Amino acid sequence: MSASATNHKTALEGEKSLSPVLELRGLVKRFDDHTVLDGIDLSVRAGEVVVLVGPSGCGKSTLLRCAIGLEKIDGGSILLDGQEVSGRERSQELRSRMGMVFQSYDLFPNMSVLDNVMLAPVLVRGADKAELRQRALALLDRVGLADKADARPATLSGGQQQRVAICRALAMDPEVLLLDEVTAALDPEMVHEVLQVVLELADEGLTMLIVTHEMAFARAIADRVVMLDGGGVVEEGDETFFDAPVTDRAKAFLKTFEFHRDR
Amino acid sequence: MAADFLLQGETISRLLVGLSVTLRISLVSVALSLPMGVLMGVLFTRRNPLLRAVLRVYLEFIRVMPQLVLLFIVFFGSATMLGLNFSGEVASVIVFTAWGSAELGDLVRAAIESIPRSQYDSAYALALSRRQAFLRVILPQAVRRLLPPSVNLVTRIVKTTSLCMLIGVVEVVRVGQQIIDFYRFDYPYGALWTYAALGLLYFAICWPLSLLSRWLEKRSS
Amino acid sequence: MHWDLVGSYAPLFMTAARVTVVVSLGGVALALLIGLLVAVIRLWRVPVLSVVAGAYVEFSRNTPSLVQLFFLYFGLPKLGILLSQEACAIACLAFLGGGYMAEAFRSALEAVPVVQHESAQVLGLSSRQALQHVILPQAMAQATPALVANVIFLVKESSVVSGIALADLMYVAKDIIGQSYDTAEALFLLVVSYAVILVPLSVLGTYVERRFADGC
Repeated sequence: MSASATNHKTALEGEKSLSPVLELRGLVKRFDDHTVLDGIDLSVRAGEVVVLVGPSGCGKSTLLRCAIGLEKIDGGSILLDGQEVSGRERSQELRSRMGMVFQSYDLFPNMSVLDNVMLAPVLVRGADKAELRQRALALLDRVGLADKADARPATLSGGQQQRVAICRALAMDPEVLLLDEVTAALDPEMVHEVLQVVLELADEGLTMLIVTHEMAFARAIADRVVMLDGGGVVEEGDETFFDAPVTDRAKAFLKTFEFHRDR
Repeated sequence: MAADFLLQGETISRLLVGLSVTLRISLVSVALSLPMGVLMGVLFTRRNPLLRAVLRVYLEFIRVMPQLVLLFIVFFGSATMLGLNFSGEVASVIVFTAWGSAELGDLVRAAIESIPRSQYDSAYALALSRRQAFLRVILPQAVRRLLPPSVNLVTRIVKTTSLCMLIGVVEVVRVGQQIIDFYRFDYPYGALWTYAALGLLYFAICWPLSLLSRWLEKRSS
Repeated sequence: MHWDLVGSYAPLFMTAARVTVVVSLGGVALALLIGLLVAVIRLWRVPVLSVVAGAYVEFSRNTPSLVQLFFLYFGLPKLGILLSQEACAIACLAFLGGGYMAEAFRSALEAVPVVQHESAQVLGLSSRQALQHVILPQAMAQATPALVANVIFLVKESSVVSGIALADLMYVAKDIIGQSYDTAEALFLLVVSYAVILVPLSVLGTYVERRFADGC
């Protein structure tokens, strides 16, 4: 499991199918008269990990929220396995096949960790509780939190809460997992434990669309990097994006992560 | 300065009868306010503009008027204007139920609205329906936030029922006055001691409730 | 409803409204003073005084205003403390309101982060200076919505002073109902009078609650 991300990419290359699991076509989203997403085309293939980067306010998070149907879209369409799911009445089906983890974890504070993980499969799928319980405990065990199953979220550290939030999303067996800056609210020493879990999920071939500001992590995990700015896709590429960006905007953006001191 | 009249069996039993009226009005009003208040609060979070407007006017009127004014309206007004003759106690229960449910309705609304937007997002992202998200995720959290102010509301109702004596209900304060009157000649300090005793009596009921409310609040945060 | 009667009773209610307003204003002003004093005593944990202050807050908040009023008006004279009806009414609202205002100030003072106290300390300010220039200004913003709510509460509570025959709005209404049975007219004028006083306050309350929602 600890194999480096670069290895997993080559190892899994052959297994990746070419048909997209998630496809956004000409996605448009406006807030009042401000157009945040101006006709975005983006597709994520099965087993692929796509990382979205870009300056603050470029609409990365909005894109994820649109993809899972939390925001009404103003144009374009969302396809899951080639099936259009952007209609209003279908958004719940869309959601049950996708998962999302938020920046501020947002566990349900009134339930135990285990109940957080079990809630959606029970309510949405009518899953058998005893069976589900085993699965939920196994998920928690995988992220090293089996001993916290009965704890309340508030008693956990941020990193632990975020790992539970990942389990909660995984319990629904999502076809695609959306991660929205999952480490942005965490103390530095907790960032690693969460990103390690995400890397392991990538190794197992989970399809993910990830928004992150952690450039080292992005480089390690991404099969493909997509940079958004000004409502559109500025540049798209593999890890060469980080070393040799093509566009000026990508160059300027990557420069904001570097520090120099003139001596 | 003697106050031994307060400890005589008859005085105590009369005060207890008065107290039972106070508590009866309070408890019946609280019991009726609970379902009505929750209903009102949930209705208030609905988007229907007409419903909101009607509820708003009702809520604002009840909450802005002194409770004594409401008591007068129901006790004197309903007899003149509607031909309904309510006893003082029934009028009191009507007023405290109307007031209690309006206040509770506002608390329920505030509690529901205080649940962060992100909790809905989390629930929806897990494919819960609106109904499931509200009943399983939002409402249980709202109830927890609701408990401390609701207990406080009960103490406010208990205290405010003392106003019922001003429309002729013989509750505990009115009984106190009767006792003062009765012992007027033998115990010139009667008023001092009786009102002090009444204060302590209310304090003995309301303070534990206040402590409970504070404890609940501390526990939930 | 006879509008001519409403017209003829209106001046009575104007006079009575003045009584309600004067009693309320006096009570609110004193309550604010007492409240601030009590809150600071408790914030600084002044020995003995802070215990007394704590007991006062609990007692004023957990007993009915009517009982407080009767104690002041009928009870205290037995100890030789004779207050006029107005003074008694104002004292009652001050006693009641002081406890509520103290809690509003206290929770606002406690909401100011400890770092603010420490910052003032390391700059060499005395606790008095820190309170006056650093802590209080921040706490005031935080306290404002609760203070306004308390003002509304006290104006409403002022209706109990009719219980000691002070000629406020309630008393006048009761008098008309008892004397001439013009119940509808009296109640109408009563509601209108209180609405004129309380609705603007309530609107102000809603405004400050929104304005100061984040304590700034």
